[in-house]
Amino acid sequence: MISQFFVLSQRGDNIVLRDYRGEVQKGSTEIFFRKVKFWKEDGQEEAQAPPVFNVDGVNYFHVKIAGLLFVATTRVNVSPSLVLELLQRIARVIKDYLGVLSEESLRKNFVLVYELLDEIIDFGYVQSTSTEVLKSYIFNEPIMVDAARLTPLGPAAIFMQGSKRMPGTAVTKSVIANETPGKRREEIFVDIIEKISVTFSSSGYILTSEIDGTIQMKSYLTGSPEIRIALNEELNIGRGGRSIYDYRSSTGSGAVILDDCNFHESVRLDSFDIDRTLSLVSEILATFELEPGASGQTADFKEANKKIEWNLKKIIGGSEQTLRAKLTFSQEFHGNITKESGPVSMTFIIPMYNASGLQVKYLQIAKKSSTYNPYRWVRYVTQANSYVARL
Amino acid sequence: MAPPAHSSRSPSPSQPSGKGEVSDLKSQLRQLAGSRAPGVDDSKRDLFKKVISYMTIGIDVSSLFGEMVMCSATSDVVLKKMCYLYVGNYAKVNPDLALLTINFLQRDCKDEDPMIRGLALRSLCSLRVPILVEYLVGPLASGLKDSNSYVRMVAVIGVLKLYHISSVTCMDADFPAILKHLMLNDRDTQVVANCLSTLQEIWTAEASNSGEASRERDALLSKPLIYYLLNRIKEFSEWAQCLILELVAKYVPSDTNEIFDIMNLLEDRLQHANGAVVLATIKVFLQLTLSMTDVHQQVYERIKAPLLTLVSSGSPEQSYAVLGHLHLLVMRAPMLFSSDYKHFYCQYNEPFYVKKLKLEMLTAVANESNTYEIVTELCEYAANVDIPIARESIRAVGKIALQQYDVNAIVDRLLQFLEMEKDYVTAETLVLVKDLLRKYPQWSHDCIAVVGNISSKNVQEPKAKAALIWMLGEYSQDMQDAPYILESLAENWDDEHSPEVRLHLLTALMKCFFKRSPETRKALGIALAAGVADFHQDVHDRALFYYRLLRYNISIAERVVNPPKQAVSVFADPQSSEIKDRIFDEFNSLSVLYQKPSYMFTDKEHRGPFEFSDELGNLSTEANVSAQKVEADDKDLLLSISEKGDSGFPANGSAYNAPSYDSSKSLSASSTSSDLVILETGVLHQASPSLAIDDLLGLGLSTTPAPAPAPPLSLNPKAVLDPGTFQQKWRQLPISLSLELPVSPQGVAALTTPQALIMHMQGNSIHCIATGGQSPNFKFFFFAQKSEELSKFLVECIINTSSSKAQLKIKADDQNSTQAFSVLFESALSKFGML
Repeated sequence: MISQFFVLSQRGDNIVLRDYRGEVQKGSTEIFFRKVKFWKEDGQEEAQAPPVFNVDGVNYFHVKIAGLLFVATTRVNVSPSLVLELLQRIARVIKDYLGVLSEESLRKNFVLVYELLDEIIDFGYVQSTSTEVLKSYIFNEPIMVDAARLTPLGPAAIFMQGSKRMPGTAVTKSVIANETPGKRREEIFVDIIEKISVTFSSSGYILTSEIDGTIQMKSYLTGSPEIRIALNEELNIGRGGRSIYDYRSSTGSGAVILDDCNFHESVRLDSFDIDRTLSLVSEILATFELEPGASGQTADFKEANKKIEWNLKKIIGGSEQTLRAKLTFSQEFHGNITKESGPVSMTFIIPMYNASGLQVKYLQIAKKSSTYNPYRWVRYVTQANSYVARL
Repeated sequence: MAPPAHSSRSPSPSQPSGKGEVSDLKSQLRQLAGSRAPGVDDSKRDLFKKVISYMTIGIDVSSLFGEMVMCSATSDVVLKKMCYLYVGNYAKVNPDLALLTINFLQRDCKDEDPMIRGLALRSLCSLRVPILVEYLVGPLASGLKDSNSYVRMVAVIGVLKLYHISSVTCMDADFPAILKHLMLNDRDTQVVANCLSTLQEIWTAEASNSGEASRERDALLSKPLIYYLLNRIKEFSEWAQCLILELVAKYVPSDTNEIFDIMNLLEDRLQHANGAVVLATIKVFLQLTLSMTDVHQQVYERIKAPLLTLVSSGSPEQSYAVLGHLHLLVMRAPMLFSSDYKHFYCQYNEPFYVKKLKLEMLTAVANESNTYEIVTELCEYAANVDIPIARESIRAVGKIALQQYDVNAIVDRLLQFLEMEKDYVTAETLVLVKDLLRKYPQWSHDCIAVVGNISSKNVQEPKAKAALIWMLGEYSQDMQDAPYILESLAENWDDEHSPEVRLHLLTALMKCFFKRSPETRKALGIALAAGVADFHQDVHDRALFYYRLLRYNISIAERVVNPPKQAVSVFADPQSSEIKDRIFDEFNSLSVLYQKPSYMFTDKEHRGPFEFSDELGNLSTEANVSAQKVEADDKDLLLSISEKGDSGFPANGSAYNAPSYDSSKSLSASSTSSDLVILETGVLHQASPSLAIDDLLGLGLSTTPAPAPAPPLSLNPKAVLDPGTFQQKWRQLPISLSLELPVSPQGVAALTTPQALIMHMQGNSIHCIATGGQSPNFKFFFFAQKSEELSKFLVECIINTSSSKAQLKIKADDQNSTQAFSVLFESALSKFGML
């Protein structure tokens, strides 16, 4: 149960504020912002504020999305993961309705946002966060903002980058956009997004490697038909009794082993154990995780304060790039210089490739008529989450 | 409601200042109010939007109330919604105007469109105006019976809103009974979920003054309701599932079959994409299996993978929440996660708060088999440019060193940190080396050699400086320059801002003096003189104390300040096991992330349902808290009793701030020292009675008198004590006796009806004032009174049915009769078949 919900800009401006229960004093947005902005770890070191903290009996929860702070307050000892998840969902629902999530779009559409907030939560209790369910309660129409000027959000945003075959509309289109009925395009997007994390030791040995992936689906189909997605037939979940040796030998031959996975509420798993198909009526989100020896080989450098950044727009597979850097110290330096100058962190995106080998074998949409043939987009992308080589 | 009408934030210059624009709006609204021209709704929409946007940025548009209400006569839902938003925002501050809206809201509650009915009802209930509650009852009652589930959903929450405005009206209208019926019969799951939330809130609030409400609240945990909800759980939204799972976690099944049935039913909830559902399910599993050791262990195995997936797949914020819970589990079962340590390696781009928790996890899972790799990884972070993480990593290495038996490799690496010549690394490392030496004195040669090379000028952080000074004092015989370094520090006494450092300096000089007196005499003199003149009370007291001790007898002074020490075997855990258990009971809540039970950060009226006997549970733990605070304050200086003789006294200085000590008043030397002594003796008696400090100071303080032969004790059967006084007494009195007794199997069985035990004890003139806890931990507070005088006994009795132990803590006005009372109490328990 939450007491208030608000969205603040990076400067601390109040963009949206909804007080559901009137239990928390009015100045809470300022109290929150000051605390986050000047967070001190152990009262001395400046550090990033944790997502949950308590000031004078009020618990503040926040998540950062698209440069905005989504905040909830409560005086009750609630489940933190519930509130944090809720904040993420509210942000997602708002984005679904506005097309883009930004300070500008929120300000332009605040009446719609309040409308959503009133239906999502009543007196602090969550009623629904399903974009689909909420559609029947929402009457305002979104005022679109120009998406082109916005910095891309999340991995799916790479599909916006002008590739002709891949329309980027899924990322910035409102689910209730007022298109003329006849012209509305029937389409569905299935994105397989994998984030890989690898750490190499200074001797080049792989210390840790992991892939976290999600299958995200966004449907603009009318009438919410049933959708079936078939994955690799040789898909195993959990190591079971198999040895690591078995699993290594099987990569590359089409078999995929997931350590664990979870599924969105709306996914029906009736036939998943039999033929690896997922069926669902509206949105889907499945998350999986696995650890094969990753094989993405592109490079890219990162910067900020005390960092060297090296950007490469594109790297052709199999090519090699070199950067020479000279370090000059302002004073005599005693420590281990090689160690101090590392690590090298790489951020990269490989479109149309996924390291795990997980595939969507087919995407079936329950037909309404013989002429019904919506656009289906199945897209793969691999992204570096934390790709680090130590020196 | 939407933004505050009177925001403290002034509108930015580019925004309208208000007045002129508001009166413009007013006249425009007026024009549109009666108009039926085509397109008028669109113009109204634009105007309404303007009004709402002014409201959002904090301009007071409440003067438009009348016009807004006039314009609301429309069938346009968008307009209506904006109007409701406006009305909801201003009704509370303008109750008279709010009355204007009642009419149109009530009319809308009967609209043929269910959306409008629902919206109007929600707005009506959100007005929060006490004088208008009578208008709510009718629409609410019909809303609860509405054929449309949206309206019912809104009406149920409306009942809760009404309860918060006027609980009497709500109870008089008998709404809770209607909700109870609805909860069991409505087809719409969100209506059911809202009924459950509402009833939980209402019954919990009512329970404190009505026995019936308390029974109703407990009935929410009854088997039929729990099964009813569990069987339909998949039809509920993910959020409502969390609500149900939270309730199920409190349910006490009657046998193991039931436990397995529930777990099988909920098994697939562990694969839910929503972390909140997964954690709520885990809580159910953990709570249900508490008394089944093997199964409990299997549960840990089962939940590992889903938890690790949640950590790496969600947002960093979600990872943080899950990691906090993993940490709690790891602390309870470190072995279980020891092979998964690589999951807790920090990733380059993770935020600080995630990394910090991961470091704590690495510390917790470190054991013989993985320590080498973990420490190697941590050393990488210590060289990180991110200073807070570098610090935390060094602390983690130190903690691992303190919990391991084989520390060779770790000590080497800690000493390498000192060679990095970075101030913050050096500072953190010094603190650790000090702790390490207290546990492993055998390493002193290696460490001292490196520490001796550090210039005290490069160490500025008080903790680190204090650690360095401690080592200089402790190992002054092995460190050539020790007296001279200490001397230069003493000479610069006034530049030292931290009282902690000055306190340590005094003690270190004393120790150094006992070993190398000719070289230290001068420095000690400087420090004592400066210390006695110090404005800081603790420093002043310590200096004065040392001075008198030295004057009295140097060899006794040495025995007090620098007695032979034993190595610390285990550093005290700052958290009592009772607090840890309470946090575990509050799994999947903020308590886990704050590492505090909820009563420490939540007001009473905001506690959740089913938190029994808070007051008294509270009070017993408060005692722990203060004890814990003392421990925490002392932790850097002394953590084991065996060392208390050393820096014990002064370090306890922080505990002196106890109520009886008023530092501002007692500046005269004699009163200061006697206060000090009185407070000290208590500590010393526990710590090392052999020191005979009483005589040393010649103040004729007697030791606690030996208990006189106990007279036969009889208790007053009609003793009375109100809970407030009980709490106060419990807080004030020391524990005069605590003991642990085995509980017989019959006793365990009898606790299914704790009432029987209470009745029985009452028959023995021992009265129960509060009970609490839940299986397997039952808690009772009893009191008794001597029959011929007012002297009372207070007892806290915790019975754990799974370990079959009863823990008693007895506090008494008359300490001498504690023993006799405890005999009475025990015999009463055994007569009941408890022992």
